[in-house]
Amino acid sequence: MTVKLTVLSAVGSLVWGTLLAAMRVSPVPVMRGFGTLYVNIVRNIPLTIIILFTSLGLADIFRVTLGASDFKVQGFRLAILGLIAYTSAFVCEAIRSGINTVPVGQAEAARAIGLNFSQTLRLIVLPQAFRSVIGPLANVLIALTKNTTVASAIGVAEAAALMKTMIENEAQTLAIGAVFALGFVILTLPVGLLLGWLGKRLAVKR
Amino acid sequence: MTEVSVTKEDVVTSDELVVLKSVNKHFGALHVLQDIDLTIARGEVVVVIGPSGSGKSTLCRTINRLETIDSGTITIDGKALPQEGKELARLRADVGMVFQSFNLFAHKTVLENVMLGQLKVRRTEKKQAEETARSLLDRVGVGTQADKYPAQLSGGQQQRVAIARALAMGPKVMLFDEPTSALDPEMINEVLEVMQQLAREGMTMVVVTHEMGFARSAANRVVFMADGRIVEQAAPDQFFSNPRSDRAKDFLSKILHH
Repeated sequence: MTVKLTVLSAVGSLVWGTLLAAMRVSPVPVMRGFGTLYVNIVRNIPLTIIILFTSLGLADIFRVTLGASDFKVQGFRLAILGLIAYTSAFVCEAIRSGINTVPVGQAEAARAIGLNFSQTLRLIVLPQAFRSVIGPLANVLIALTKNTTVASAIGVAEAAALMKTMIENEAQTLAIGAVFALGFVILTLPVGLLLGWLGKRLAVKR
Repeated sequence: MTEVSVTKEDVVTSDELVVLKSVNKHFGALHVLQDIDLTIARGEVVVVIGPSGSGKSTLCRTINRLETIDSGTITIDGKALPQEGKELARLRADVGMVFQSFNLFAHKTVLENVMLGQLKVRRTEKKQAEETARSLLDRVGVGTQADKYPAQLSGGQQQRVAIARALAMGPKVMLFDEPTSALDPEMINEVLEVMQQLAREGMTMVVVTHEMGFARSAANRVVFMADGRIVEQAAPDQFFSNPRSDRAKDFLSKILHH
C-alpha cells in the first residue's frame, strides 16, 4: 500500500508540480499569481491537516468521493489527492530553481527560430531544467515516501497503520519499529541512488 | 501605362525588407536607441559598428523583438512587428538570428539543433528536415560533427552550427549579433568565411561586429552608431577612407592604429 501510494502520488505531483512551475514563469500575470499563491499556501500547511481536510472536508462536507463507493478506496484516493497537492508545491519550487539555471540565451534562441512560449518551455527549457534538479527532486520523492505514513490518519492501511495494529497485538514495540524503519530505508535508498546516478548521467554539458 | 507604374511601385516597396522608423528605447534612464531610422533592402548586407554601449546589439535584437521598443515602428517585408504571440513566432521564423554566445540547445545534438525549428515551426517531414539539416551542416563545414553535442565542439564550429540552425528556417533576413566576439582569434575566420559566402549568395544580412575586415569586404553599407544614434551611414570604402563625422573619425583612429 505504501509503494502504491508513493508511486501514484509521485507521478501526480511531478505532473502537477511541473504545470505549477510553468505557471510561475509564464508571461500571464493571473497564472503567475495563482502559482505563487498556491505554492505559498500549500507548502506552509502541515501535511496532516491537508490529508485530514481531504477526508473530513472534501468527502464528508462537500461529498467529493472521487467515484469510490467503499470507504477504503475513497480514503486511498483522497490520500493520493492530498499528497499530490502537498508534494507538488515542493516539486514546483525545485523545478523553478532548475529553470533559473538554464541560461537565458537558450530561451532566446528558441524564440528566435519561431518556437512559441509553450514549445520553448517544453522542448528547450524544461528538459534542461529537469536534468539539473534531479538531486533536489530525489529529496522531494524520498520525503513523499515517508509522508505517505500520514495517510493512516484517514484510515489508509499503509505501513504506519499496519505497524500500529501490529504493536497493539504484539508486545515487541522496538523490534517492529525497527523492521518498518528498515523497510522505508529499503524503499527510499534505491530511489536516491538511482536518481543520483541518473542526475550524473543526464547532466547537460555546457 | 498605369499598370507599369503600379508594378514598378510594388517592386520599390517590396525591395525594402526591414524598415525601422523613429525607433526609441530606454533601459531605465538610459536612452539606448534614439530616433533610429534605418531601411534595409532585400539582398543588402548592412554592417553595424560603433563603440560598446552604443546600442548596436540592442538595435539588432529589436528587429525580431527580443527587445521591445518604446516608440516607433519596425516593419519586416511590409508587415509591422506584431505583439508577443503566434504572429510574432511566425515572423521570427522568417528572421534568422545568430548570437554572440552561440546559444545552441545544450541538450540536443548538432543535427537535432538544426532540425528542431523545421520540425516544430515549419512542420517539415522528418526525413526532409534531416536532409536539409545535413546539407546545411556540410555547407558550413561541420557535417562530420552532426551527432555530437554542442559542448563537444569548438567555438567556431558551434557558431557555424548556429548559422546552419538559422538558415534551416529559410529566413528572409539574417541578424548577426557580434557573431565572432566570443571566439578565439584562430576561429574567427572560419565563421567569417561562412558569412562572406552567405553575403555573396545574396542573403539579406544585418551584422553587428567589430570585424572591420569583414565590413570592408562584404558590406554594402556601413552604419556607424554612437550613444544610441546612427551617426553615419556610407559605403564601406567611403566610410573607412573618409569618414564624415568626428565621432567616426575618433572611433576609427582608435581601432585601426594597432
